Amino acid sequence: MITRRNFNRLAAAAASGLAMPAVLTGRAFGQDKPIRFGASISLTGALAGTKNGQIGYELWRDDVNAAGGLLGRPVELVLLDDQSTASNIPAIYSALVDVEKCDVLFGPYGASLTAPVMPFIKQRDLFMIGMFPLAGNDQAKHDKFFHSAAWGPNSGTDWARGFFDLAKSVGVKKLAILANDLEFSKNAAVGGAKVAEEYGMEIVFNQSYPPNTSDFSTILRNISAANPDAVFIGSYPADSTAIIHSVREIGVPDSVKLFGGAMIGPQYGSLLSSLGPELNGLVNCHLFSPEPTMQSAEIKSFFDRYVPRAEKEGVDPLGFYIPPFYYVAGQLAAAAITGAGSLDQAAMAQWLHANKVDTIVGPATFNEIGDWTTRRVLMVQIQNVEGNDLAQFREAGRQVIIDPPELKSGDLIHPYNKARAG
Amino acid sequence: MTRGGWTFGLAMLVIVLAGFLAPHVLKNPFYFFAGYVILQYVVIATGWNILGGYAGYINFGAAGFFGAGAYASAFLFNAFGIPLWGSLIAACVIGAGLGLLMGYLTLRIQGVYFAIATLGLVIILETIIHNIPALGGARGMVVYGPPPPGWAAGPPQYMFVLMLLIAVASVSLARWMQLSWVGRGLRAVRASEDAAECSGVPTLRLKLLACAVSGAVLAAAGAPYPFYTSFVEPVTAFSLIIGLNAIAMPLIGGTRSWQGPVIGALLLATTQQIATITISSELNILFVGVVLIAFVALAPNGLIGLVRRKGTEARL
Amino acid sequence: MTQFDLFMNVVATGVLLGSVYAAVALGLAITFGILHIPNIAHPALVIMGGYFVVHANRFGVDPLIAALVGLVPFYLLGMLLYSFYANTFERRGRADVLQSLTLFFGLSLVIEIILVLAYGSELKSLTAPYIGSSLRFGPLTIPSRLLVPAILGPATVGALWLYFRYTNSGTAIRAVAHDERALSIAGLDPAAIKRQAFGLATATAVIGGAALAMIGPIDPFSGRFQIGRVFAIVVLAGMGSIPGTLVVAIGLGIAETLIASYLNPAWSPGVAFAMLLGALALRPQGLFGTVR
Repeated sequence: MITRRNFNRLAAAAASGLAMPAVLTGRAFGQDKPIRFGASISLTGALAGTKNGQIGYELWRDDVNAAGGLLGRPVELVLLDDQSTASNIPAIYSALVDVEKCDVLFGPYGASLTAPVMPFIKQRDLFMIGMFPLAGNDQAKHDKFFHSAAWGPNSGTDWARGFFDLAKSVGVKKLAILANDLEFSKNAAVGGAKVAEEYGMEIVFNQSYPPNTSDFSTILRNISAANPDAVFIGSYPADSTAIIHSVREIGVPDSVKLFGGAMIGPQYGSLLSSLGPELNGLVNCHLFSPEPTMQSAEIKSFFDRYVPRAEKEGVDPLGFYIPPFYYVAGQLAAAAITGAGSLDQAAMAQWLHANKVDTIVGPATFNEIGDWTTRRVLMVQIQNVEGNDLAQFREAGRQVIIDPPELKSGDLIHPYNKARAG
Repeated sequence: MTRGGWTFGLAMLVIVLAGFLAPHVLKNPFYFFAGYVILQYVVIATGWNILGGYAGYINFGAAGFFGAGAYASAFLFNAFGIPLWGSLIAACVIGAGLGLLMGYLTLRIQGVYFAIATLGLVIILETIIHNIPALGGARGMVVYGPPPPGWAAGPPQYMFVLMLLIAVASVSLARWMQLSWVGRGLRAVRASEDAAECSGVPTLRLKLLACAVSGAVLAAAGAPYPFYTSFVEPVTAFSLIIGLNAIAMPLIGGTRSWQGPVIGALLLATTQQIATITISSELNILFVGVVLIAFVALAPNGLIGLVRRKGTEARL
Repeated sequence: MTQFDLFMNVVATGVLLGSVYAAVALGLAITFGILHIPNIAHPALVIMGGYFVVHANRFGVDPLIAALVGLVPFYLLGMLLYSFYANTFERRGRADVLQSLTLFFGLSLVIEIILVLAYGSELKSLTAPYIGSSLRFGPLTIPSRLLVPAILGPATVGALWLYFRYTNSGTAIRAVAHDERALSIAGLDPAAIKRQAFGLATATAVIGGAALAMIGPIDPFSGRFQIGRVFAIVVLAGMGSIPGTLVVAIGLGIAETLIASYLNPAWSPGVAFAMLLGALALRPQGLFGTVR
C-alpha cells in the first residue's frame, strides 16, 4: 500500500515534469505494472450512440498487448460512463487521475463534454487525446492536447469548408442554412455561414429548429420558396431521417445543386439501410469511406474485427464514423509514449508535435494546438444505392468521396434532383 | 433561541470549519470534485423540499431554476466580469422571480396543475435560451473563471467550500422555515388547503413565499455550476437528471422535515458518485427508478418516516 | 407556390400533426382527465407501444395491424399497472399527488431502461409501403407518413367517444369520475371499473406509439419530449373531454406549424406551454371543461 502510494506520488511528480526524470519512475517501480489509459465514454444518455468507440479502444489495446505492450509494459483501459452529462466530467477525470492513477488520458466524446475537462488538464498540465471536439482546444490552447479526428485547423469555422468549396465550384450563389438547435449542428451552421460569406454567397434562408422536430414539410416549403442553389443542413439522426423523408414527399426546387453538409446519421448503418435509395444524391460530411483512395490493409483488418463485435453488442454494424478514430487515439498515444521513451507528459507532447504518425486512417501531423495540420473531413455523395441491403455500404462506389481533392474517388452529380433520380 | 437552535448552529459552524480544514487533511482532489456534486444535490433537494415537502406542491422543473441560476452567473461573468458572489445574489433574485411567476400563474388552482406547469418551465426556458445569441444559444458558453483565491488549495477545493457555504445557508433557511410560522402555515396547507384558508391562514401568500424561496435556493445551486464545468449549454444545464434527483432525494430521505432531503441527497448522490466510477451502465438509472417506486410503495415518508413510524403516528 | 397555397399547406400539416398529438394524449385524457391519476409514465408507455409495433414490423407485419394486435397485451398491462397503483395507495385512502406522480415517474424510468436493455439506445424505424409517398390534393401535398398516423387519432377518438356514450361500461367509467359512492351503491365495483378504464388508456398507447413511429424513428427516450405537450393538451381540453382532446391537439398542431413557418421553428416548442400557462391563469377549467 505504502509503496503504491509512493509510486503514485512519484508518477505524479514525473507527470508534472518537475521533480523526477520519468525514466526512473517507469523503470524502477513500474516494470510489470500495466500502463493505464483512462477515458470517459458515454454509455448512457443522449450520446450513447457513440459508445461503439469503446470497441475501437479495446481492439487497439488487444493489438498493442499482442505486440508486447508499450515500454515493455502491458496496456490497460479504465473506462468510466459519463452518462453524456457535462457535470459528471470534472469528477470523472479527477477519479481517473487521482483514484484510478491513469497514466494517459483520452477525452470524452464531443465538444460539450470536452469543454469541462480542458481547465483540468491545463491546470495539471496533462497529455490528452481529444475525441471529436470541434475546435476543442481553440480557447484553452493547451499544448498537450491532440485531436484523434481530422477536423483540421480552425475547425470551428472550417471543418465543413469542403461543402462550400464544392458549392463554389458548381457556381452556387444563394445558400440556405438549416440547423438543429444542438451544439454540434449549431456550430456547423454558424461556421458554414462565415465560409459562405467569405465566398460571396448570399444566405437566403437561415433557421434552426428544435431537437425532436419530426415534420419538415413546412420548413422545406419555406426553403423552396427562397429558391436557393444549395442547402446546408446540420442535423442529428432522427431529424436527418425526417428531412430525407420530407425531401421525397415534398421535393426540392431544381435550382438546388447541393443538399446536405453536416447531417449526422447517414454515416450509421441503421440509417443508411433504413433510408436506402432515398439517400442518393446527398452530399454529406464523413470521416471515413470505404473508397479505394482510403482503403488499406490496416483499416480492413480493423473492420474485419469490428463488425462481428458490433453485431454482437448491437451497436452500429458499419462503424465508419466513430470507432476507427478511437483506435487512432490509441495509436497516437502509443506513438507518443514510444517516441518519448517514457510516460513523461511533456516529452510525449513534444514528440507528437514534432513527428508524423501513421494511423489506420492515414498519416497524422499536428499543429501547436493539436489539430491535424490538414483537414481531412470528407464530403461524400451517396450514389448508386439500390434497396435497403446494408452490405452494399461496405463496398466502394456508394459513398463516393468528392472532396478533398487528394482523396477524390468519383465525380459530383448535380443538380440534386438529377442525382436523386440516380 | 431554543436549545435545538444552538445545537444546530454549533453543528453548522463545525461543518463549515471542517470544510475549510478538509483540503489540508484530504490530499486527493477527487473527493472535492465528488463532494461538490453531492453538496450541490443537498442544496437542490433542500430547495425543492421547501415547496414540495412542506407545502406538497411538486415541482418537476427544478432543472429550470437550476439552469436559470447557471445561465445568470455565466452571463454576468462573461459579459460584465461580475464575480461569483455577485452572480449568486443575482441567481437568487432570478430564481425567486421565476418561482413567484410560476406560483402566481398556477397556485390558485389544484396542486397537480402546478406540477404540470413546471414540466413546461424547463422547455420554455430552454427555448428562450436557444433564441438568445448573447447566451450562446445551443452552442453554449465557455466560462473560464478567475483562479481561486490564495487560501484555497486549488479550484476543486475552492468550489467545494463555496458549495458547502451555500448548502449550510440553504439548510439553515429550510430549518427556519419549517420551525417558524411559515412552516406551520404550510403544513396546514398541505393537510387541507380549504381548512387552512377558513382558519385564517393566508394560504396563497404562504405558497407564493415558499415558491420564491424554493426557486431562489434551486437557482443558487446552479450559480457556481458554470465555474465548476467551465461550460454551460442548454442540454446539461436543464438536464432531466437534476429534476429527477430533486424529487427522488427528498422522497427517499423524507419530505416532512429539513433533515429528509439532506439525508436523501447525501445517500443518493454518494451512491451515484460511487456508481459512476464503479458499475457504469443503464442499470444506474434503473436503480433510481426502482428505488423511487419502492419508496413510494413501501416507505412513503422516506427513511425518516421509516425510523419514526413506530413513534408518533399520524402527525400533520 | 403562392402565399395562400403555402398557408394552406401549413394549416394542413398542423391538422395532421395535431391529430397525432391527440392519439398520444388520449390515454392521459382518460387516466388523468377522468380517473385523476397523473400518469406521467403515459408517454413512456406510448414509446413502449411504438417499440411493440416496430418489433412486429421486423417480421413484416404492417404497423396498423401490429397496433390492433397490441391493444390486447397493453390493455392487460394497464389493468396490471392499475392494480399495483390501487394496492399501493387505496389502502392508505386517497393517493397523495406527490406520491403518485413519483410512482409514475419511477415507472417511466424503468420502462425506458427496459427498452434500452432490450433494443439498445439506437433509433428504430418502421417500414411500410405508404411511408415515403405523398398525395396531392390541388395545391396541397400530404405525406402519407403523416396522413396515415393522423387518421389514427380521430379514429380512436371516435371509437372511444362511441364507447363512452353508448355502452354500459363506458357510462360506468364516466360515472366513476363523478361519484364513486353512488356507483358502489348501485352494485358496481368502482375499482374494477377504474381498472378497466386504465387498461383502455394504456391500450391507446400502442396506437399513439404506432403513430409516432410511422412519422419518424423513435428511441427509448422519445417519450420525454411528449410529456409536456400531452399534459398541456389534456388540461387545455378540460380534463377528460375526449372530443375536446382532439380539438385542442389539432389547434396546438396548427399553432406550432404556423409559428414554425412564419416566425421561426426554434420557437415552436414553447407554444404548448405558453398556451397552457395562459389557460391556467385565465381559464383553469380548460377550454371544454365545466367549472367544478
